[in-house]
Amino acid sequence: MSLKLDDLKVYYNTLRGKVKALDGVSFELKDGEILGLAGESGCGKSTLSNSLILLKPPMKYISGKVTLDNEELPIHNYKKMNDFRYKRISIIPQYAMNAMNPTVRINRYISDILTAKDIKYSDYEKELKRRMSLVGLDHSVLNMFPIELSGGMKQRMVMVIATLLNPSLLLADEITSALDVSTQKAVSKMLVEFRDREFVKSVIFVTHDVSVLYQIADKIMIMYAGKFAEMGNTEEIIHNPKHPYTKLLVGAMPEVGIKFTETPLKGIPGQPPALLNPPLGCRFRERCPFAFDKCNEEPPVITDKNWHMCSCWKEAE
Amino acid sequence: MKKKNEFLYFAFRNKKLVIGFVIFVFFLVLAIIGPFITRYEPLDYAGMGSESPNFEHIFGTTFFGQDVFSQFVYGLRASFIVGFMGGGIATLVGLLVGFFAGYKGGFWDEMLMMLTNVMMVIPTVALLIILAAYLPYRGVEIQSVIIGMTAWPWTARAVRSQTFSLKQREYVSLARISGFSTLKIIMQEIAPNMMSYVFMVFILQFGGSILAAVALDFIGLGPTEGISLGLMMQNAVHWNAIQLGIWWWSILPGLAITMIVGALYFMNTGLDEVFNPKLREM
Amino acid sequence: MGKYLRRKILIYLITFFVAVTLDWFIPRMMPGNPIDSILARVAKMPSQEQVQILRSHLMKSFGMDVPIFEQYINFWGAMFKGDLGVSINYFPKPVTEIIKDALPFDLLLTVPALLLSWVIGNKFGAFAARKKRMDNWVLPIWYIISAMPYLWLGILLSWTLGVNMDLFPVAGAYSFSREPSFSWEFIIDYLHHWVLPFLSLFIVQLGGWAIGMRNMIIYELEADYSRYMETMGMPQKLIRRYAYKNAILPQVTGLAIQVGLLVTGALTTEIVFSYPGIGYLLNQAILRQDYFLVQGCFLFIIIGVLLANFAIDIIYVFIDPRVRHSVGGDGA
Repeated sequence: MSLKLDDLKVYYNTLRGKVKALDGVSFELKDGEILGLAGESGCGKSTLSNSLILLKPPMKYISGKVTLDNEELPIHNYKKMNDFRYKRISIIPQYAMNAMNPTVRINRYISDILTAKDIKYSDYEKELKRRMSLVGLDHSVLNMFPIELSGGMKQRMVMVIATLLNPSLLLADEITSALDVSTQKAVSKMLVEFRDREFVKSVIFVTHDVSVLYQIADKIMIMYAGKFAEMGNTEEIIHNPKHPYTKLLVGAMPEVGIKFTETPLKGIPGQPPALLNPPLGCRFRERCPFAFDKCNEEPPVITDKNWHMCSCWKEAE
Repeated sequence: MKKKNEFLYFAFRNKKLVIGFVIFVFFLVLAIIGPFITRYEPLDYAGMGSESPNFEHIFGTTFFGQDVFSQFVYGLRASFIVGFMGGGIATLVGLLVGFFAGYKGGFWDEMLMMLTNVMMVIPTVALLIILAAYLPYRGVEIQSVIIGMTAWPWTARAVRSQTFSLKQREYVSLARISGFSTLKIIMQEIAPNMMSYVFMVFILQFGGSILAAVALDFIGLGPTEGISLGLMMQNAVHWNAIQLGIWWWSILPGLAITMIVGALYFMNTGLDEVFNPKLREM
Repeated sequence: MGKYLRRKILIYLITFFVAVTLDWFIPRMMPGNPIDSILARVAKMPSQEQVQILRSHLMKSFGMDVPIFEQYINFWGAMFKGDLGVSINYFPKPVTEIIKDALPFDLLLTVPALLLSWVIGNKFGAFAARKKRMDNWVLPIWYIISAMPYLWLGILLSWTLGVNMDLFPVAGAYSFSREPSFSWEFIIDYLHHWVLPFLSLFIVQLGGWAIGMRNMIIYELEADYSRYMETMGMPQKLIRRYAYKNAILPQVTGLAIQVGLLVTGALTTEIVFSYPGIGYLLNQAILRQDYFLVQGCFLFIIIGVLLANFAIDIIYVFIDPRVRHSVGGDGA
């Protein structure tokens, strides 16, 4: 077992009270798996990935347990987490293109951060260059300043740096969100390659774009309004979605070749509930076309024989 | 309407803004009504020389027996006039130059920036020396104009960079695509966002002008008529006030300057916090 | 890089030209006639004939017997030869010599004040940027001290530490009874006189630098790259080091600007302490209408400011890779 989450609750402290951004999520992720974490903006997916590596105010740990490689991950302890950061857990941030200091040469930067982890740059130099070639970066890039690189080059460089120490868990936070489609493909493929070559053990790929996940994820987990909605193998989720939200989400994806006039895009009317005082019971019930009176209670998680999990009363029937 | 209320809400709660504002207004009021309530004219012989502060003369008297308080309130007036006019000119000219350069870009930007750089290097003192010689009689207005005309480069630079960043924002492009005329774009899209920034720049220029005027008056390049806080200090130093122990003559004017300019700086920082939610203390 | 330098040089040359022209203009714009004022000081009243001879002699030596345009050209020529004319009040001492005597006092006062306040202000500001509690009370103090006119702080220090507590002298660069020399006693005496004027300039500037650096550090610490380093578990020391490195760049630009502003400040401080620097000299020259001395001082100040600005501009290109890149430099 690579990663295990047990009823994790992380809230945000704001002037007006606690925002229940992540309200009790549990799942398991095996070694070598790429988990796609999808959902609307504000569903809690970014909170999830951030709390695993950097949980600091205004985020507040409430309860729950996280286990990485059979070892408890002290996410609530900022100091203790430092031993894990970069070495065991790493992240490719959404702002990857600005993640490096613009006034420091890249080799100097890498050397500094490795030294900070008590690692000698010379020990890793060869591997670093090997991986750079893998993603199509010339070795001369090491001698440059980040401003001399294009956006794509910077992102690739950050991907190499983030995975250099072969972390058990890699978090990729919306890394394709701002890219064009062809670059999206290249970056996603790079991620799969890293996993295949065992540069990283497992990956959590956070995005709101389900179509990208379809391409590279082994498993997909759907979140809604801070709660777990559905999770299963990619094929299952896309072709056999169980949760009403997932059904609408998959149905909302545009298909290549279909014109709008023939089959209009279906959105999902309504908005997710505000998480300051979320409604009791299933949080999707306001927008759910299948909602009935039982939905006022907290829905259980039903798991079927394919390890396809869904949190919905309809499934319980 | 809601935006205005939101602004006022935070404005009243910002300690720096409130304290600075109160101090500033205090001196402003003193400058306005002071000359009406003093019994003496600033340059008249009002009593015994070198009297320390007492009931008759709450700020004491100068070496020559002039009432320091009377000089003080008239001097305050002069300072506020310079601050307002000098700061206003510096802000206005700088705004026009900076905005034009930033918005038009290209050739205009190059030329205006060259002009700005040249102006920046010449110290104000220089121009004042020439003018002091050329105009034997000069008033506070001329001084304000000179100070404003040497201070505008700062505003211009700041406004220019703001314009650059705003120009690239999405809503401007949107307006342009929608076919709005240039003037309309400026008035409706860019100006509102700049207003808060320009106001803060004005506050700093206000303070800067006051300081510049004090220094120039002290050197002897100030207005030839009337009294000012800088002039008071010049006289005091010239007549060895410190060595003779007449501290009220030289210390009090400068203290007022420090408090007014300090209050302006506080207000500026406070306003920055009100306008930029990110800076607000939680 | 070449283009950047060329443009900078062009600006400085234009400024220099404008400034020198203005400088030449000054004596001619001042009321009265320099020659008349000299003649007025001649003790005996010579006959009309003698006055005429004297006048033409003076006109020649002051170069006023040729048309205006020629005077202008001659001025440039003389300047490059190092001849700035003769002072009227210290007649016949050449202006260059007077300025040369005053220059060291100025430099020893302003340069340390500028550089020390910069270095210490930056360190102080960076420190406050990360210690919230200290920041709360020290920031208002910096605002207040940077709001003080230099001259007023000079007066204040002079009153408290000088007259009342009698710790330091309040006038001159050295005791009137002494002659400048390189002896220990003189140096100590000089330093004793140096403290108060130095502090007047130092303290006010310190506030400004500290505030600036504090704001820059906060800005850098909130940048994406700082956030990423924190996410990756980097020690605070490294993050701070990087932030400092980036924050100090605009402070270097600030130095260049400050040189120009310091002129007026130093001028007023020297007046307060009767300190024999160029500022003091200039003030005396203005009061006594010593035209050529005014001209010379002014020229010196302008050249100094331009040179300092130019030097800092050049240095800046080498220390900020972003500027180097945007002005078309290589990656070296």
